[in-house]
Amino acid sequence: MTRLRRGALIALTLVMMTLLLLPLGVIFTQAFARGWGAVLEALTDPEAVDAIRLTLMVAAVSVPLNAICGTAAAWCIGRFQFPGRALLMTLIELPFSVSPVISGLVWVLLFGANGWFGPWLDHHGIRVIFALPGLILATVFVTFPFVARSLIPLMREQGAGEEEAALTLGANGWQTFLRVTLPNIRWALLYGVLLCNARAMGEFGAVAVVSGHIRGQTLTMPLYVEALFNDYDWVGAFSVAALLSLLALVTLGLRFALERRMGSSRRDIV
Amino acid sequence: MRLARRSVLPGFGLTLGLTLTWISLIVLLPLAALVLRPWELGISGIWHSLTEPRVLAALRLSFGAAALAAAINVPLGLLIAWVMVRYRFPGRGLADSVIDMPLALPTAVAGISLTALFAPKGWIGALLVPLGIKVAYTPLGVLVALIFVGLPFVVRMLEPVIVDLPADAEEAAATLGATRLQTLWRVVLPALGPTLLAGFGAALARGVGEYGSVIFIAGNMPMVSEIAPLLIVIRLEQLDYAGAAALGVATLVLSFVILLLINRLQRRFARS
Amino acid sequence: MATPLLTRRAAIGAAAGTIVATAAHAAEPTTLLNVSYDPTRELYRDFNRAFIKAWKAKTGETIVVNQSHNGSGASARAVLDGLPADVVTLALAADIDALAKRGLLAADWQTRLPDNASPYTSTIVFLVRKGNPKQIHDWPDLLKPGVEVITPNPKTSGGARWNFLAALAWARRQPGATDASVEAYIRALFHQVPVLDTGARGATTSFAQRDLGDVLLAWENEAFLVRKEFGETDFETVLPSVSVLAEPPVAVVDSVVDKRGTRKVAEAYLQYLYTPEGQEIAARNFYRPRDPAIAAKYAKVFPTITLATIKDFGGWDKAQTAYFADGGLFDRIYVPGK
Repeated sequence: MTRLRRGALIALTLVMMTLLLLPLGVIFTQAFARGWGAVLEALTDPEAVDAIRLTLMVAAVSVPLNAICGTAAAWCIGRFQFPGRALLMTLIELPFSVSPVISGLVWVLLFGANGWFGPWLDHHGIRVIFALPGLILATVFVTFPFVARSLIPLMREQGAGEEEAALTLGANGWQTFLRVTLPNIRWALLYGVLLCNARAMGEFGAVAVVSGHIRGQTLTMPLYVEALFNDYDWVGAFSVAALLSLLALVTLGLRFALERRMGSSRRDIV
Repeated sequence: MRLARRSVLPGFGLTLGLTLTWISLIVLLPLAALVLRPWELGISGIWHSLTEPRVLAALRLSFGAAALAAAINVPLGLLIAWVMVRYRFPGRGLADSVIDMPLALPTAVAGISLTALFAPKGWIGALLVPLGIKVAYTPLGVLVALIFVGLPFVVRMLEPVIVDLPADAEEAAATLGATRLQTLWRVVLPALGPTLLAGFGAALARGVGEYGSVIFIAGNMPMVSEIAPLLIVIRLEQLDYAGAAALGVATLVLSFVILLLINRLQRRFARS
Repeated sequence: MATPLLTRRAAIGAAAGTIVATAAHAAEPTTLLNVSYDPTRELYRDFNRAFIKAWKAKTGETIVVNQSHNGSGASARAVLDGLPADVVTLALAADIDALAKRGLLAADWQTRLPDNASPYTSTIVFLVRKGNPKQIHDWPDLLKPGVEVITPNPKTSGGARWNFLAALAWARRQPGATDASVEAYIRALFHQVPVLDTGARGATTSFAQRDLGDVLLAWENEAFLVRKEFGETDFETVLPSVSVLAEPPVAVVDSVVDKRGTRKVAEAYLQYLYTPEGQEIAARNFYRPRDPAIAAKYAKVFPTITLATIKDFGGWDKAQTAYFADGGLFDRIYVPGK
């Protein structure tokens, strides 16, 4: 009976996983519709290379920023009781409930030609919107909650007991964080960073508003995919989309390799 | 430190300061620009722009579909998370990474491929046609897209908590003669309650604002399958910044209230 | 085809320069930014190559032309928000008027170049499936039961606004037409529309790739392009008895070129569109050329049909308010009880 139920649950889960995989199947089928050559050609197009470079640049700036601030937020929310904690938590989650469209628009309202700081920036010849800084700001906004979100429930669940013990034994704050907290939360942290990175590379709505769509200059990979679609270049569009999903899959693969190497530290229940 | 209830842990001032600074610069300042924008319309202008039948229909669709999708994702997510944590089976690692697919896919690509799947000639759409079910270009399409993008939120929030869930409580309950269902209901669900709620909130919040994955599959018919974010885009393209901002603020306030309620419920849950 | 690698490198350099971008760009080549709408990608890809060559031959200067394509309205908004477009080449005059109203360029922009500043024109045609199975020949056929019409959303798409005007033009020319009969036709027409994509290219994809609908209302140049890209034999173009003269206008953005010092080359760029070479490129990309000689050469490609102009609707200001603004005719179609 137990075995049957177990089998049924696993089977049901696997069916759902397959459903989740179908879009990926569509992407790869379409990308390879004309074979490897076409895919390689699409990915080595100078405009594709520019888009890949830009996407990596945006992620390389915004992910570390959010990782540091997210961990800080998790520390103060997950380890302390203070008035306004629930409000702060809600504020951190806020960007999730902001439509991507709005996440781009707010930066236009701040830094666009008619925005609060637009005239000043224009006077000093600094471009934020329709250039790299705008893309980074929009991405940081959208990916802000990921790290804190994946850390806080876990840190609350774990409680501060181990840290308090370490402090009693004479460790200072940094040592406690690095030696006790970090090992306990590293999988959640890594997971948060991975999610943050995946979203940073894949964000569409927000960057679409601040990009200006200049070919070879401000098109990130998702925007480039859209541009190729609008060129009726299906193979190209799906090739870049496939690469984008691959990049994400590789990061996920890394997560598993790491996890396996450090294996025992995860308290799995079999 | 003064604010915090007495704790021996250091770093409260530093981390709270950093968090508040970052939130102010990255979230609050931009949102202030958004919130201050609609007032040029005047109160009655804002009210008028938010109570147009098309706007109300779009808000109803966005919040309704997001809530329904989140409600569907909670049991689905619980099932998947439970199986992933508690069972060992071949291909588990692979399956576990697949959960992140919806997050890894850029939303626009997800939207395009979901549309390709559910269009009448798509892999799934073709199976549904004989049953008379139309998914692509209907409100049902919106629901499908939102279930897709929201699922990982629920699963990923549950997994670490299930890992930390002490198995001995369940075993004890079982030893004491509780049935599986009773164990689930009395022991497991209360422990997971706050996280389930949080997962629901996250999936809902994400769904309300979702744009890229929805516009391709929705059909975008006014009053029927037009979502609120699309109306914001439409207003922007008519250079109606104030109207766009007003609608943005309205969705934001609604989501914020819902999230706050969920957080409060969660705390009550955690206390009891 | 991509532009040569050398130019591309230069473009990357320029992009790197804009990271903390300053107005100072001493040693870099002059760049032009052409902000345009979706269906002109192929046209300007060809045209830019020709112009860069011609400019080099004339002045010895190597320039780089960057392109930005989006929906016409979205492009105009980006320029308004500070996207430094030296020239705009949009789907309809209303979008450039919006820029002029906010002082980005002179109000008389449309008289600074010949032919209402529209170096090429197009019109709205029907694209149907092979063999025209639903027998669609003119506007009334679109209302037949079971006919599904694909058009993008006039709120977000410039092309869709021309579609809308073309339908209006036909309805208004019917014997005994009244405001009520025109509105009734438009209302009935949009009841046949199952999906409203946000842009012309999205609508084409729905129709050609997803097999949605029986007839696509499209730019003539898009209809040609679809048949070229998706297979000459799968689709047929149907010319309605009445359509609209779509004039996609071009203009130099004064505030940008004066600041960047690019007025001379920007003006030359647009004027080159009117030269026989420019007109030839436009015609090859299925836009109707203005130059009589080139037009004669391509007469077989572009059959004559009765065309209404935007003036018949009282100009863009009037048309926008009456049909497309909030509460206009298009909105009224969908709102019950109004």
